[in-house]
Amino acid sequence: MDVSRREFLVISGAAAAGVAVSSLGIDMGPAKAYADEVKLKKVKSAKQSTTICPYCAVGCGLVCSTDKKTGTIINIEGDPDHPINEGSLCAKGAGLYQITANNPSRLQKVLYRAPNSDKWEEKSWDWALAEIAKRVKATRDEYFIAKNKKGQVVNRVEAIAEVGSAAIDNEECWPLQAMMRALGLVYIEHQARI
Amino acid sequence: MTNHWIDIKNSDCILITGSNAAENHPISMKWVEKARENGAKLISVDPRFTRTSAVADFYTALRSGTDIAFLGGMLNYIIENEKYFKDYAANYTNASFIIGDKFKFEDGLFAGYDPKKRKYDKSFWGLKRDSKGVAERDLTLKNPRCVFQLLKEHYSRYTLEKVSGITGTPVDDLKKVYEMYASTGTKDKVGTIMYAMGWTQHTVGTQNIRTMAIIQLLLGNIGMAGGGVNALRGESNVQGSTDHCILYHIWPGYLKTPKASQATLAAYNTKYTPKTGDPISANWWGNYPKYSVSMLKSFFGDKATKKNDFGYSWLPKLDDGVNYSWLNLFDTMYNGTIKGFFAWGMNPACSGANANKNRQALAKLDWLVNVNLFDNETGSFWKGPGMDPKKIKTEVFMLPCAASVEKEGSITNSGRWAQWRYKAGNPAGDSKPDGEIMTDLMNAIKKVYAKGGKFPEPIVNLKWDYTTKGTFDSHKVAKEINGYFLEDVEFKKKGKKFKKGDLVPSFAYLKDDGSTSSGNWLYCNSYTNKGNMMARRGKDDPTGLGLYSGWSWCWPVNRRIIYNRASVDLNGNPWNPKRPVVKWTGPKTKWVGDVPDGGWPPMSNAEKTKRPFIMKPDGVASVFGPGRADGPFPEHYEPLESPVAKNAMSSQFNNPAIKIFDGPMDPFAKNDPKFPVVATTYRVTEHWQTGVLTRWQPWLIETQPQLFVEISEELAKERGIKNGEPAKVTSARGEVAAVAIVTTRFRPFKVAGKTVHQVGLPWCFGWVTPKDGGDSANLLSPNVGDANTMIPETKAFMVNVEKA
Repeated sequence: MDVSRREFLVISGAAAAGVAVSSLGIDMGPAKAYADEVKLKKVKSAKQSTTICPYCAVGCGLVCSTDKKTGTIINIEGDPDHPINEGSLCAKGAGLYQITANNPSRLQKVLYRAPNSDKWEEKSWDWALAEIAKRVKATRDEYFIAKNKKGQVVNRVEAIAEVGSAAIDNEECWPLQAMMRALGLVYIEHQARI
Repeated sequence: MTNHWIDIKNSDCILITGSNAAENHPISMKWVEKARENGAKLISVDPRFTRTSAVADFYTALRSGTDIAFLGGMLNYIIENEKYFKDYAANYTNASFIIGDKFKFEDGLFAGYDPKKRKYDKSFWGLKRDSKGVAERDLTLKNPRCVFQLLKEHYSRYTLEKVSGITGTPVDDLKKVYEMYASTGTKDKVGTIMYAMGWTQHTVGTQNIRTMAIIQLLLGNIGMAGGGVNALRGESNVQGSTDHCILYHIWPGYLKTPKASQATLAAYNTKYTPKTGDPISANWWGNYPKYSVSMLKSFFGDKATKKNDFGYSWLPKLDDGVNYSWLNLFDTMYNGTIKGFFAWGMNPACSGANANKNRQALAKLDWLVNVNLFDNETGSFWKGPGMDPKKIKTEVFMLPCAASVEKEGSITNSGRWAQWRYKAGNPAGDSKPDGEIMTDLMNAIKKVYAKGGKFPEPIVNLKWDYTTKGTFDSHKVAKEINGYFLEDVEFKKKGKKFKKGDLVPSFAYLKDDGSTSSGNWLYCNSYTNKGNMMARRGKDDPTGLGLYSGWSWCWPVNRRIIYNRASVDLNGNPWNPKRPVVKWTGPKTKWVGDVPDGGWPPMSNAEKTKRPFIMKPDGVASVFGPGRADGPFPEHYEPLESPVAKNAMSSQFNNPAIKIFDGPMDPFAKNDPKFPVVATTYRVTEHWQTGVLTRWQPWLIETQPQLFVEISEELAKERGIKNGEPAKVTSARGEVAAVAIVTTRFRPFKVAGKTVHQVGLPWCFGWVTPKDGGDSANLLSPNVGDANTMIPETKAFMVNVEKA
């Protein structure tokens, strides 16, 4: 049977709980049988897309399988076509399924902690963004430095700082630094510094 | 990396030090193993016997913080035994340059040092130049004042015995490593270095890398397949975030952030545009104004005009000579003058050296915005150990963000490959992609400033149209980063015409007159009229070197191995014809292979050529590096916290150019008998960074559930600690509870005639989860940084280890 490497992995039914670690080369006898029975149909009919691992900077390729009906990710495993990892993954990449919405520990709500409070309150995005914008403006306007002690024009804000992130996309990194610089921040740092 | 991951397979000798690649960049070992299948040797040098060491052909240990001594000895060996590649060094580096008369080195200090300011006057390190500014050279490398001879003199002090006394490495082991690695100085052999935080997180971190760069240059290993200077970076997109410069001191594409003394754009551009008098130096940074102006056009669009200096005054100016980096940021925050803070996809309560100082600093804020996928020690700092929420006024906004697989965009790996990835599922609950959050937040800020406020211009004028049908569109940003022609233009010399709105094909077409935009010149060529180059999946490998030039896109202009013009001789023929990166085939067919580092003919064409290191004003690589804060030649200094009383190399104990904090939260150990054990921190495969993502994943936390400290059998015996028992590790700054792992992976060092113990801890734990999993090892580490970068010295400090 003429089968591509990708098809092989689909057919062998690598899917969800524990079977994802098949990328590590572990023999998955009983789990495989379960997968074949229950998951195989789902994975075979799933929508596949490629991604790059979000952990270290090797940049391994992975394939995500998304259930077309529910839109949920049902499997993530190594991409055999990727020239760097050729389908292999370390433990973190192999377990990437657990970073998705399938993990109930994921933050699902905007949370707010009031001054001196000992708890979180759930809020809406609209509320939070408007409140943050208010505080950014209040702090920036109060502490804005138009000229430094030497009388040179500096137009900066030292009372607000930003750190992060090496874990966001390039297309998020660039606007983030643009936004912070447009606000006048100079204390701008992230993981690269440490 | 100057090279890239797959290229490692082309190496003959792989030195992994300051890195534990097998555990922290596991898949890289696939390419190390490929190299070994072809006869390559792997050397592992590490204070601890790691999984990388376990598969090495040779392993030896060194005390944390003594890498310059170790490598200095290697340099001495290479020079003494004439293992260097003379033609390469003479022609492609500044080894032949004559150093000025003011330069000298004596007892640990270079000329020009001001002990009060703890700063050097670098004019003392100038090179001898003619009236045009061209450096004087002796290509025979014999002139007693040439760089090579002064290099030789400097490292003649790093004898085997001296080095062994500092590093604790046996003399025979030093010899073995030096022999193995120096064998790559021949034309047909190439060596590579894979390093990471074990080298950068020191007060001498930059000079650690400088020493290796000098070794690689002397051996002729830069620009070669299987060679290079290869940093194994730690986060999936730290390369991209560095390139886009989320750092106080640089603008996207490694431009400099402007200073208060640069009142106009012209003054700024003049200051940072280097000049050269050498007609065959490409001096590529001479194009600086094209990149800065194009960047400003991306920031402010049509609002940036020649009349308003393209919005230059709208962007903040740093005070000259002031450093706003990480350690200073948290010091300032601790002192109460930072009121608002964004911890965006970062967990400084665990990742920062002297983590307790960071945690206390957070309590001084008025407001904190924390963006992350999971609850973490930073967003929840107010309920952490030792915190009384009733006394903490900080408002905290915890904004839930999407995972990588829940959005579309690119990330750049350590090999400079920008790889596009796709959305596979919807974000969890109410979480949103970071791009959406920042879009909405800046729109909310623009809204409040539309009604007025302090200096609203940069805010209201910021070009912020990266949405399609109201949703953040990463393609729009990617195109902005690449850049556009903002008017119809013709390049007569190149025979090309472009229309307004065309994507710029490469940075060679960017202009300084406001007619082009480019968010980041380095990424110009990544998303062009031909399409999204980062999304390519070509698998062709015609050279067999594993360049995969059709897979994704790398900067600059898809050049896979940079400085590759140094991989050929003066006639353009590869030094090693078996692994040709580029090759000159004549005036018609020109260069074949990888994208050449400039298309000019080889150096035998004295008129039309350019020297190979095109980003340096002199066109050659720096063996002598007069731009560094702590000296043009690397020199061994002890870490701030050290187990010895004296620096064996000189009277200068620590790096003379480092900043030493002296506030109440900044204690450090000075030969303190309370802290007699050397400590280092490291990582494990199963967790990532502070564990902020991985500690929430059952599969991963099951494999690595809690903080441990690895200690030698000898130290364990001394302290009465048994394997698996709870232990207490303390430093001048803090304390952690950790399970003791008693192991032969650490062995005592013989340093300066006495026994020195070393221990290590992973820094991936935090109090939020799991319960009893332990807290961050950075509660122990010192807030002192490298003299050039101020990267904290988290890899070498002093502790005590006791039974709990």
